[in-house]
Amino acid sequence: MPELNAKTASVEPPGSERPKLLHSLGAAWPWLFLIGLLVFFEVWARISYQTSFVLNLTNVQSILLASVQPLLIALGLTLVIIAGGIDLSVGFTVGLAAVVSARMMQLLDPGLPALLSLLLAVVAALLASVVVGAVNGFLIARLGVPPFIGTLGMYGVARGVGFLASGGSTVATNNPLNSALGNGRLLGVVPWPVVVTAFVALFMHYLLSRTRFGQYTYAIGGNRNAAIRAGIGVETHTIKLYMLTAVLAGVAGVIYTARFTAGAAQAGEPTLLDAIAAVVIGGASLFGGAGTVVGTLIGALIIAVIQFGLVFIDVQPFWQFIAVGAVIILSVLVDQVRSGRGRT
Amino acid sequence: MNADPVTPAPVTPAPVTADRIPLLSARNMTKRFGGLTALGGVDLDLYAGEVLALAGDNGAGKSTLIKCLSGVYQPDDGQLLFGGREVRLGNPREARELGIETIYQDLALAGNLDVGANVFLGREPVRRVFGLFPVLDRPAMRAASQQVLESLDIHTSLDRPVEDLSGGQRQAVAIGRAIHWKARVLIMDEPTAALGVPEQRKVVELIGRLKTQGVGIIFISHNLSDIFAVSDRILVLRRGVMAGERLIHETSGEEIVKLMVGG
Ligand SMILES: Nc1ncnc2c1ncn2[C@@H]1O[C@H](COP(=O)(O)OP(=O)(O)OP(=O)(O)O)[C@@H](O)[C@H]1O
Ligand SMILES: [Mg+2]
Repeated sequence: MPELNAKTASVEPPGSERPKLLHSLGAAWPWLFLIGLLVFFEVWARISYQTSFVLNLTNVQSILLASVQPLLIALGLTLVIIAGGIDLSVGFTVGLAAVVSARMMQLLDPGLPALLSLLLAVVAALLASVVVGAVNGFLIARLGVPPFIGTLGMYGVARGVGFLASGGSTVATNNPLNSALGNGRLLGVVPWPVVVTAFVALFMHYLLSRTRFGQYTYAIGGNRNAAIRAGIGVETHTIKLYMLTAVLAGVAGVIYTARFTAGAAQAGEPTLLDAIAAVVIGGASLFGGAGTVVGTLIGALIIAVIQFGLVFIDVQPFWQFIAVGAVIILSVLVDQVRSGRGRT
Repeated sequence: MNADPVTPAPVTPAPVTADRIPLLSARNMTKRFGGLTALGGVDLDLYAGEVLALAGDNGAGKSTLIKCLSGVYQPDDGQLLFGGREVRLGNPREARELGIETIYQDLALAGNLDVGANVFLGREPVRRVFGLFPVLDRPAMRAASQQVLESLDIHTSLDRPVEDLSGGQRQAVAIGRAIHWKARVLIMDEPTAALGVPEQRKVVELIGRLKTQGVGIIFISHNLSDIFAVSDRILVLRRGVMAGERLIHETSGEEIVKLMVGG
């Protein structure tokens, strides 16, 4: 028989197994890093100010409140990134939702009961943001626009609409329940925005780790073709992911308007990078296929602790940018060592 | 339908079981990619309990043909009959619902997911917590995939992402998936290509076992000794058209090679 086996064997090279210790260390590193940061600031506080950093309710509340907006954005982004996409428009979706919610309350407030007006404002804000997400998803999944480009375009659109709707300035509200939502506390201790965010995080954890929806998100990021051939509606799923992310950005916008009793188009402007950083620090891969909600939660806390801690120890605020940037790079390096993807 | 004048006039073989309706038939399957006709009007019949081998050189159109049979591609022309009834497969799910399971040349596994997740990909069992929240039934997925891998005599970690497994183990996962779902038609695109000799033998053995259970199998391979070991019939493709069809005991490796290269 002639040479017909030219194509038969392309056997996998042996020993592609990663060192186990390194692997589990990689998975645990965000936790270790967060603990390390807390210890560092605690020691500093004891030595320099003779106070505690961690055992201080105001500090903890401030850190959690600061992490609300980046975390809400990051939770949606986690799923988008796991599925191999990216959403750059979320920052201005926050702004759009904030302005829409404020405008609604301006429109309705003296006339309607406060609760009804707040509810309608929230619904309108979430609807406005879900439109942005649906357009993102349609562009990417149906028209094949690369996520980076499609959502960059929608970043511009959401930004423009937000500024147009706000008339270029902040939109003040006067709704007692709205400001109670933003500034009140559960049992006088836990700020309501933190409570809302905790519920969202819990739901997203359930969605990603326990349901078919989550499983398909991983499968699409791991091997898009395999997902398609397994009969998963990849296009529809992708659209849902961008809509979900936009809704969470909308929630962040509503919370912004509640906290500051005013909406502004630039409400979420500086948050996108922090959110992406939280996702990456939390172990998600920008190549898709990996990431967890718990990881992202830790990532968001790390960033909030760095930012608050540096202010706490009186470092010039600009150092925050450098510190967060350094942590992002560090976490990607850790990921590369862990997955053996570096040195290509 | 013999598109190549150089080919010696083929003896069109009588179907193995002429009195029965084929499980799966394709008529005039045609698929173009831009200007390239990857598949130019191919006919195929597959009977229950029969192994049909697809042979042909690289780029002959074998993978394209089976993707038309499994719903991945929609043919530009031609007809598909399942159990004698015309069907249109808009996507892979519709094929799987009919009982057409496919093991693709590139395996189509999600490397970041574990064995159980891959066996059940797209068809995960779900239970309800508090009668309300649907939750993936991972223990059931794990147990079922363990059982099917054991029936294949393959032992591997079920909890690691499949990208950590060896090529042969991944192959086993892909085969296990098809078996678990009790295929009526099983399409295997080079299932032995990445395997060592013992595993190749296991796959060949397995094909024989499924055949006795009445599964219709389409088997693509570049390895003629595998083809001659398991199949009943060989369909040879060359540059997207049928170069010939032979019953296994009426042909030789030499003749098949001639059909493949067009000599
Ligand atoms: N998605 C595609 N787009 C464009 N051309 C394609 C596509 N898929 C296959 N082709 C072309 O169609 C022809 C048939 O390809 P196919 O993969 O069916 O060959 P094959 O017989 O399976 O080959 P091999 O033995 O190498 O697997 C080739 O020329 C190939 O380049
Ligand atoms: Mg092929």
